[in-house]
Amino acid sequence: MNNGLTIFLNFINMAVLASAPLLLATLGEILTEKSGNLNLGVEGMMFMGAIAGLGAAYHYEQAVTLAGGTPSALLATGIATLAAAGAGALGALIYAFLVVTLRANQNVTGLTLTIFGTGFGNFFGELLGKQAGGFVQVSSATKAMFSNISFGSFSAIPVIGPLFFNYNWLVYFSIIVMFAMAWFLAKSRRGLNLRAVGENPATADAAGINVTLYKYTATVVGGALCGLGGMYISMSSTACAGVWVHDCVNGYGWLAVALVIFAMWSPTRAWLCGLVFGALLVVRNYYPIPGLPMQIYAMFPYIATILVLVFVSIRQVKEYAQPASCGLNYFREER
Amino acid sequence: MENIAQHPENAVEMRNITKTFGAVVANNAVCLSLRKGEILALLGENGSGKTTLMNMLSGIYLQDSGEILVCDRPVTIRSPKDAYALGIGMIHQHFKLVDVLSAAENIVLGLKGAQTLNRREINRQVAKIAAKYGFELDPAKKVYSMSVSEKQTVEIVKALYRGAEILVLDEPTAVLTPQETTRLFAVLRVMKSHGKSIIIITHKLNEVMEISDRVAILRKGEYIATVNTAETSQQDLTEMMVGRRVKLEIDRPACPHGDRKLHVTDLTCVSREGVTKLSHISFDAFGGEILGVAGVAGSGQKELCETITGLRTITSGSIIYRYTRGEMTIEENIAGMRADRIAQRGVSLAFVPEDRLGMGLVANMDIVDNVILRRYQENAGILINRKKYRPVCEKMVRELDIVTPGLSTPVRRLSGGNVQKVLLGREILSRPQVLICAYPVRGLDIVSSYRIYSLLNAEKEKGNAVIFIGEDLDVLMDLSDRLMVLCGGQISGIVDPRQCTKEEIGLMMTRVGNGKTGESA
Amino acid sequence: MTHSGEPFVRVVKRTDIEKGKAILYRVIALLCALTVGGLLVALLGYSPFQMYSDMVSGAIGKSLIAVNKQGVLEFSSSAQATMKIVTLLLVTSLGLTMAFKMKFWNIGGEGQILVGAICCSYIAVHYGDTWPRWLLLVSMFVVACIGGGLYALLPAIFKAKWGTNETLFTLMLNYIAINFITFLQYQPSWQMTGTSFPKIRDFADATRLPEVLGVHMGWIVALALAVLLYLYFSKTKHGYEVTVVGESANTAKYAGMDVPRIILRTMFASGAICGFAGFLQVSGASGTLTTDTGGGAGFTAITVAWLSGMNPLLMIIYACFIAVLQRGSNRIQTTMGIPKSAADMLIGIILFFMLGVEFFINYRLIFRTKQVKREAALQ
Repeated sequence: MNNGLTIFLNFINMAVLASAPLLLATLGEILTEKSGNLNLGVEGMMFMGAIAGLGAAYHYEQAVTLAGGTPSALLATGIATLAAAGAGALGALIYAFLVVTLRANQNVTGLTLTIFGTGFGNFFGELLGKQAGGFVQVSSATKAMFSNISFGSFSAIPVIGPLFFNYNWLVYFSIIVMFAMAWFLAKSRRGLNLRAVGENPATADAAGINVTLYKYTATVVGGALCGLGGMYISMSSTACAGVWVHDCVNGYGWLAVALVIFAMWSPTRAWLCGLVFGALLVVRNYYPIPGLPMQIYAMFPYIATILVLVFVSIRQVKEYAQPASCGLNYFREER
Repeated sequence: MENIAQHPENAVEMRNITKTFGAVVANNAVCLSLRKGEILALLGENGSGKTTLMNMLSGIYLQDSGEILVCDRPVTIRSPKDAYALGIGMIHQHFKLVDVLSAAENIVLGLKGAQTLNRREINRQVAKIAAKYGFELDPAKKVYSMSVSEKQTVEIVKALYRGAEILVLDEPTAVLTPQETTRLFAVLRVMKSHGKSIIIITHKLNEVMEISDRVAILRKGEYIATVNTAETSQQDLTEMMVGRRVKLEIDRPACPHGDRKLHVTDLTCVSREGVTKLSHISFDAFGGEILGVAGVAGSGQKELCETITGLRTITSGSIIYRYTRGEMTIEENIAGMRADRIAQRGVSLAFVPEDRLGMGLVANMDIVDNVILRRYQENAGILINRKKYRPVCEKMVRELDIVTPGLSTPVRRLSGGNVQKVLLGREILSRPQVLICAYPVRGLDIVSSYRIYSLLNAEKEKGNAVIFIGEDLDVLMDLSDRLMVLCGGQISGIVDPRQCTKEEIGLMMTRVGNGKTGESA
Repeated sequence: MTHSGEPFVRVVKRTDIEKGKAILYRVIALLCALTVGGLLVALLGYSPFQMYSDMVSGAIGKSLIAVNKQGVLEFSSSAQATMKIVTLLLVTSLGLTMAFKMKFWNIGGEGQILVGAICCSYIAVHYGDTWPRWLLLVSMFVVACIGGGLYALLPAIFKAKWGTNETLFTLMLNYIAINFITFLQYQPSWQMTGTSFPKIRDFADATRLPEVLGVHMGWIVALALAVLLYLYFSKTKHGYEVTVVGESANTAKYAGMDVPRIILRTMFASGAICGFAGFLQVSGASGTLTTDTGGGAGFTAITVAWLSGMNPLLMIIYACFIAVLQRGSNRIQTTMGIPKSAADMLIGIILFFMLGVEFFINYRLIFRTKQVKREAALQ
């Protein structure tokens, strides 16, 4: 097999894997921002999801083993998923309650969620690690559930195989979510209502839409997705792979917030732009530029984000802009 | 309180409705009845409670006490959804439309139906309704690219699509040209012939006389009376609105013609997106006169003010200010100069912008901090001297009857009329030789409005030039010495309002050059 | 006739609230937050009382100021570490306030601290062994401020010109600065010799700030800076301009203010003050440069600034409070085995409650009670 092709395929592979947590969190934040809530707590929700998923699976395994049985990897995966989504949703619920019901400032509340969530993740990660006698990890059977799936003969097809049939289930899940969200926003009645809520809540209210319900739902579901993105990091990513690593999220949440802007609030664009980000994150391993220090590579995604921020602000098209009421709180019964 | 005879054909009846906001009583035991198939005008000054009353009918507010009956059945309207279910649709003064969506999408917003939107079917139904009543509407057009009149059409079709039998229009003609108003009234009559019942909220007496069957009058939150339009007059209605005899004419003192203060030549302004907002504008403003500026919203009035006062860049043209400082007469071309530079050069012009709390004042600061907005650089050094300005502020509050708890109250807590007085008072304090006002009486009650007219006339009598941008053609024609009509960023004509009809001016507002152009000598 | 459909609770905006009542509400919120935090640790099997008392004693020591063995008056050793954190937090939050007053969301405090630290470290590395002390300190101070200022100026320029989102721009710059320090750790001239992993060397004694009461003098400068900034905002023309621009940029422009210049000037000052904090960290607190030099202060200072309502004098109190929590969490990690990220969680909980209590301060709740119904029936 052609060596250059192999390298390229590996590069794409790793790019897709690197972009998967970003995609989930980005989709979650797009949904949230479409409802008019700017939730800067993505990093925090990812941390919460990361530890909740890992910890829940770990506890399940410990409980079953103690009782004398063999833990089922499938069940562990299911429990981890529910826990991660639930934790992210919980964080988002706190945010939604403060912002929608108690009318708090969205920027500060989101940042607080980041601080809280980061602390939450590291705190319980370390605590569980102590209890486990060093560090906390899940069984290898469970780890295997989160690693790349082999599709048998499909994976063996040259080029197509490695490119499409070589990923873990979360990658495929995120793509399904992406298509579902794109359909929802563009083609469904409720999606139209949601867009109205985010653009002009007064109008949506006058049209009889329950603005509060839509904001809460979108924010909480968005938070659940962020939690799943966090779970990806703690369970699927090569850096962690089922072992809790302190500070594992390490800025991915912020990259997701940037990706939302990069993708101009469109789920399909988020997928494509996410791939670009993923590629930037891994490019140094495959196409190193001679003489460029490793740390400069690490800066690539952040520099790219800045360039996109500037580009988006210079060319302002209404349909590509942030939902108009994002960042502002809405309430009726005001003179 | 009047007894409303029980009429079996009432579409809506509101009995003893009371609504308070904190310490303010917006509606006090108000009664209203709307007969089926009639057009009822709800008349009252700004601040009389008419919009609040109708907001309760459309479910935005909930009354503190009192009951509402629809077709003689008592109902509870707790949300806009309830109102729609009862067949009540309201077209608000500030349109409730989502800019980035199309007309059809706005119309079906919030309605129940299949999960997937069938856009083609919706477009078809919308076109059907539009045709039935004589509207011109493109269902796929995005709202942000629509004119004001088109947006209003979307709002009305929206209500009709939802099966509204009772329609409430809040100040619908405020943003329309005379021709568009005529078209709207024609549509209203068609709807009436189809059995719809219509309430039109307005403060324009001539329209009340033209379109309504009956008039209900509110004053300061109280219900006054309902009369048959055919049996009343504008004077009677005013008396009921204000509570006493009010002189309806606006003074126009004759002043000696002053020097040319402002000479604008060939002013052109192109926006960042490449849209031409002003095109070859040339006019003069003289001392001792009020130059009125009329035009449909978005004809370039905002850009005109902002370019002349240095808040917006100019593509080409010259703006020459001619003013006296002491003994000297100075001519200064300020085209392209930024506002701070203009201030530095000592050019004495003042601008009262349309957006009072968003531009002219800082909403969260008090009167003193707002008054020093223009003058804080006056003393040397790095410190601000607030004490120096307190006496000036106190004097201004006294002379203009500004109602405020104190000098340190944030101005956003003041009522609309008082906010405007603070703004105008501050500008006049700086003794400008040219005063530009954009929509200075919008949202003010009659008494405050006339106060503002007097202030402007006083400036005129001092020999200063006043440029007055307004939306009420009747006021503009009464107050101005000369009237400039803008249309699509161009000057359609500069006329003497004493020798022009309202219809002629209306035509000039929609098509350039339909009037007699000419400058007074 | 009363309306039977009256909602259960109505929300009405308050026109006024006495200062005392507002403070009381905030204190109650603080106590609730501490209670919730205590409940959380109790559920995990630790004693909340021991946790809080260990935190305080870990932060302050046996007594805040005492005479040490050499007969010199100074802060207790625990308090010394706390004071360093107080200084860092106070200076950073003062820097951030400059920007926040203008509604410019400078989340890049961490990066600005680090860039200031990098700049003055450059002088320390290359001239630390040759220049006299006074020259070192002055030059390090100057380049730190300029460096931090320029780093904040960059996003400000884009915001002023094109309205580019400053929140994310400043945030991204943080990560670039952190990575740059990692890069420096591999540079031979900067490296410490004799260690297994790359680390920047300790700087010469001549680069270090003198101490007052056992802590580098930065803490006195920080207090003075707080007073200075308070006067700046309330009494000077610049402060007035910054407030007007923050309230309404439109109004500022209309009033003839040079809004872009005000934005740039203020952001430079914001970054410069944060850069100054970086200088204090290098020259005062640690004597070297690591990726942890900022210690997350860029983010924590946001909460300090917010809690103090952008009032520089209140920031002194809140900086001390947060510093006690952070330093104390180090102690409880050793004495009780509670991970020190508990401090982050606790700070998050406190801030959640403080954000929530603002609602009750600004709005009044009217419940549908029998009394109200009766009154309405009488009308």
